[in-house]
Amino acid sequence: MLLLKIKFTQQRRVHLAQGLWLLSWTAVIWGAIIFCLGVYLKMELLRRDEVMDNTEIHVVPNILIIVGLASIGTNWVAGCVCQDSLDATRFPRWKVLLLGWFAVAAVLCCLLISVVALSFALQGRLEESLKVGLRNGIRFYKDTDVPGRCYQKETIDRLQMEFRCCGNNNFKDWFEVQWVSSRYLNFTSKDVKDRIRSNVDGRYLLDGVPFSCCNPSSPRPCLRYTLTDNNAHFNYEYQSEELNLYSRGCRQALTDYYMELMNSTGPGVLSVILIQMSVILGMRYLQTSVEGIMALEDPEGESDGFLLEKGVKETMEDLKVKALIMLQFWLDDPIATEGSSEDADLEKAEKEASPTPAS
Amino acid sequence: MALMLVKFDMKKRVKLAQTIWFLYWFAVMAGVLVFSMGLFFKIELRKRSELMDNNESHLLPNVLILMGLIACGVNAFGGKVCYDSLDPSKFIKWKPMLKPFLMFCVGFNGLLFVTALLCFVMRIPLQFTLAEGLKNGMKFYKDTDTPGRCYMKRTLDLMQMEFRCCGNNHYRDWFEIQWVSNRYLDFSAKEVKDRIGSNVDGQYLMDGVPFSCCNPSSPRPCIQGQMTNNTAHYSYDHYTEELNVWKRGCREAMVSYYGGLMNTIGALVLLVTMLEIAVTIGLQYINSSLSSLVNPEDPESESEGWILEKTVGETFTDIMTNMKAMSKGGKVEEEAEAGVATVS
Repeated sequence: MLLLKIKFTQQRRVHLAQGLWLLSWTAVIWGAIIFCLGVYLKMELLRRDEVMDNTEIHVVPNILIIVGLASIGTNWVAGCVCQDSLDATRFPRWKVLLLGWFAVAAVLCCLLISVVALSFALQGRLEESLKVGLRNGIRFYKDTDVPGRCYQKETIDRLQMEFRCCGNNNFKDWFEVQWVSSRYLNFTSKDVKDRIRSNVDGRYLLDGVPFSCCNPSSPRPCLRYTLTDNNAHFNYEYQSEELNLYSRGCRQALTDYYMELMNSTGPGVLSVILIQMSVILGMRYLQTSVEGIMALEDPEGESDGFLLEKGVKETMEDLKVKALIMLQFWLDDPIATEGSSEDADLEKAEKEASPTPAS
Repeated sequence: MALMLVKFDMKKRVKLAQTIWFLYWFAVMAGVLVFSMGLFFKIELRKRSELMDNNESHLLPNVLILMGLIACGVNAFGGKVCYDSLDPSKFIKWKPMLKPFLMFCVGFNGLLFVTALLCFVMRIPLQFTLAEGLKNGMKFYKDTDTPGRCYMKRTLDLMQMEFRCCGNNHYRDWFEIQWVSNRYLDFSAKEVKDRIGSNVDGQYLMDGVPFSCCNPSSPRPCIQGQMTNNTAHYSYDHYTEELNVWKRGCREAMVSYYGGLMNTIGALVLLVTMLEIAVTIGLQYINSSLSSLVNPEDPESESEGWILEKTVGETFTDIMTNMKAMSKGGKVEEEAEAGVATVS
């Protein structure tokens, strides 16, 4: 009992081949688009590499790049098959490849679905990675004379200005870290000595932030030192001041940015999945109808196209049986060689035993 | 003696028509490019018109947009004519229009060339507009409560951060104006009273700059206030300090940005002009080759093509005599009318 049988006349076969050829070239273009999206996402992640602690999130653009390239190749092959399908002399050479092609195309679809799932699942890991990376960035902000960390200040400043954010969770993160290098502190002055003594680690902590936290939309020139002291500035109240600095934390800002980027690739990926599945179905119909015609040896006659030769249950049972046979064959082989070596030993022993009576 | 005479047989004519048709489609895309460049430039000027006192001249982008649209139309029409030139029955209906169309094309190419020159020349008025605009912009930095100027602070801050510049010519320009609003000054404090008393206009001047002048590449946290006082900051010498604030003035930064933009657009318009001249010459060859068939009944006969029917000198004298004849003809008609009027 053929699954989803469709009758194909010569005319219909030609239409199917042409339509499938067009669809596979569309899929090639979409594969190229997915590849470009993957490259773009990877470049954006690499640009902010310094504030990320690990590269687990890179698995999403990596899969997109691989799938894009594989999809271009697979669908290009599908286009070639379509072109040759109506020519009885050229089609047989593709027959062997087609099973492999179906396997590769199915794997591609699975990978694409996994990309969509991963981009949601990895959001938590991305936040963690950013939290640690930003914390280190803020801690090493002052180390502009330490090799390997001398660009940390510039990176954090540019990040805060570009993403309009301040600190890890909010601007108070800067109060807990010494972000002024000791090179620029006058250790003889009373103010510096007081501040250093005020905490266990002997750090110069102040209730101030770097200039990159300043919000240009504030109606007032930026206040960035002695922020908690209402008397230090005229007409200023720390609790109600909203526009002076950026209120958003950089971790939130970066996570939102990357999630938006990955979500915007979502529709593209879903449409590629749909197109790829249509190509698989169309290819199956084309394969079965052309093979049916070649069996009848009448190029202009009718043939049946189907998805599965028997019903779903029967095909699964067939596959199970085939798999068991293969497994037994593999298991039987070593047992057969073991058995034959035992027989050889027995024969040897018999041969040794038999000459002794003679001698 | 025709100018640049070329012999054409059927195959050559067909090849010429196909090439020129292809080039015309290129030229349509070039027209779209010119249009979009004009639009882009207009948007860039609008974005920063606050900094130019809303006084900037939009002549150049408007001309570019107009030229782009006309180029699209002209080239699409030319392409259609080329396509039809391969079929004698279709070409007949275009024949009478071709001569005036070609003259229009020549005039249009001249205008395109003038536009390209305009791109290079308009840099100078822009420089003056920018200088004036920035000076006034800095004066209104503090007026965040005045309607119409409340976004000047944000515009200036964002511009200084984006273009990596400070002040009009130099960061010291900020020392000469009051950029802190009176709303945030405590007039009972001694320091404020001193500063206000220290100058004729009663302005609160300070040797400090806004935060947007800070350079992120500096190894040291940004020093914005008391910049000329070496003792106010540890290990600081304002004569040798280079990385603290941006050294470049914003006028220079914006002029070089817009100047670069205009140079690029001017170069592209020159290339488009050369393409247009090429397709005009090609169309003239098609026109002349199809109108000089040896055997008018046989479309496959040989023919000749030229740019001008006579030499340049002869064509020029022809045009002059035509114009004189037209003006004389006008005079004769006037005299005849006057004679008729006096007689009657």
